Amino acid sequence: MFVTSRYSAASLIREGLNRQRGWTPAWGEPEPKARYDAIVIGGGGHGLATAYYLAKNHGIRNVAVLERGWIGGGNTGRNTTIIRSNYFYPQTAAFFEFSLKLYEGLSRDLNYNIMFSQRGMWMLGHDRHGMEMLRRSANAMLLNGIDAELHDGAAVRKHIPGLNDDPRFPILGGMNQPRGGSARHDAVVWGYARAASALGIDIIQNCEVSEFLMENGRVLGVKTNRGTVHADRVGMAVAGHSTDLGRKAGVRLPISSYALQAFVSEPVKPCLDTVILSPATGTYLSQSDKGELVIGAGLDMFLSYAQRGSLPWMERAAAGVVELFPAFSRLRFLRQWAGIVDVTHDSTPIIGATPLDGFYVNCGWGTGGFKAIPAGGWCLAHVMATGESHPLTAEFGLDRFTSGALIDEAAASGIAH
Amino acid sequence: MKPLPPALRIEGPVMLLIDCPNCGPRAEIEFRCGGESHIERPGPHGQVSDEAWADYLFYRQNPKAEHRERWHHAAGCRGWFNVARDTVSHAITHVYAMGASASQGTPE
Repeated sequence: MFVTSRYSAASLIREGLNRQRGWTPAWGEPEPKARYDAIVIGGGGHGLATAYYLAKNHGIRNVAVLERGWIGGGNTGRNTTIIRSNYFYPQTAAFFEFSLKLYEGLSRDLNYNIMFSQRGMWMLGHDRHGMEMLRRSANAMLLNGIDAELHDGAAVRKHIPGLNDDPRFPILGGMNQPRGGSARHDAVVWGYARAASALGIDIIQNCEVSEFLMENGRVLGVKTNRGTVHADRVGMAVAGHSTDLGRKAGVRLPISSYALQAFVSEPVKPCLDTVILSPATGTYLSQSDKGELVIGAGLDMFLSYAQRGSLPWMERAAAGVVELFPAFSRLRFLRQWAGIVDVTHDSTPIIGATPLDGFYVNCGWGTGGFKAIPAGGWCLAHVMATGESHPLTAEFGLDRFTSGALIDEAAASGIAH
Repeated sequence: MKPLPPALRIEGPVMLLIDCPNCGPRAEIEFRCGGESHIERPGPHGQVSDEAWADYLFYRQNPKAEHRERWHHAAGCRGWFNVARDTVSHAITHVYAMGASASQGTPE
């Protein structure tokens, strides 16, 4: 009997003839070892991508990914799956564009279909000032070498059928990033987990880090509910829980944790073939491959570690959708959830070393971590393997909060918090 | 009616009910949160290290536990006050005046 380890059309046919007996689990379930070359805390997209690139780019295969719950059960499973790179400053634009490009080749690289659909991503302008911001944003993107298109209201309506004919906030125009789109979030996690596991990485679920082992300002390992694990290098990618876990390592992080909500409607036939963001009406909308409308809301602006979100945003997000697409008023909500996001003052992530030697962080994604998964993992793996920041994230270090060299995307790209 | 299974049960309030010292209990949407309480600006000006200034501007407790925070009744009396709220359950344990210290704001 043969075993199928590579996914392809041929393997589907072969396994069909083989009565599906050759499939094997996509990743292993090993017991934690006492020592690894490196540990990654957090089995979300960023953590698994870090482990994968440690093995693939740097040849470090004796690595454990420690996940408190199940892989992809945190923010990677709680976002609206939008991928784009419409940032303003050169540093952030280069980083997110690198991420988008990795996403473009990811299905092939991982041999796992992440269903990345580059269906475009529209930002709508509803007033003169909104249009000026879009023009500024499009020009910044073009200067950063990222394609962007500015369209007037008539062209927006031609591209997006179903928009309200007579909205309270007129649609004067829009900016499209044609290579933006959405991917299947679970597939990104499972694809990285499978590819990392194939390279020899141990993915250990239900393994919660309770304590850090430290000596003379160096990290030596972690204590978990499944035993003590030693490693000279520890990376952390735990989003909203970064300050809480960082504190256990004696590392303070300039991060605040907020609940970010999202919803899906009941599934319907394909009716929306792009992604729409209308900051003025508080609408972030796309349609999943299953047919559900995926609706993103904003942050509840008070600290929260409760993964549920508050009612006012549910009402506001629904009102925004109905204002833009009156036909969707008949749809019912199917599910609602929230993720705990890690917000920095300048809305730029933190990737790099910390005052504790051997302890590296990947955090501060705020509301936009999913699009950054490949690049976030790539760059955390780089600094863990080499001790030097990747050139793309050289200015994303913790030191910027003391030097004052913030990269203020919060104001520059109008990130809504 | 049968009780919901644990996965569907929502623990604690799904929206904050904040007891404004002037106006009484009012809905969350009338308020704005002003962030962590009891932060003192370092000084004197000109002698503050970059680290202390970064700490003042950017570093917060962000606890997974009780949090002391300032709230503003923006759509009511427009007054500011302090709240002790758990960031996991969202339960508000007490409300106390601006200007009171954290220990003064803790019930006996």
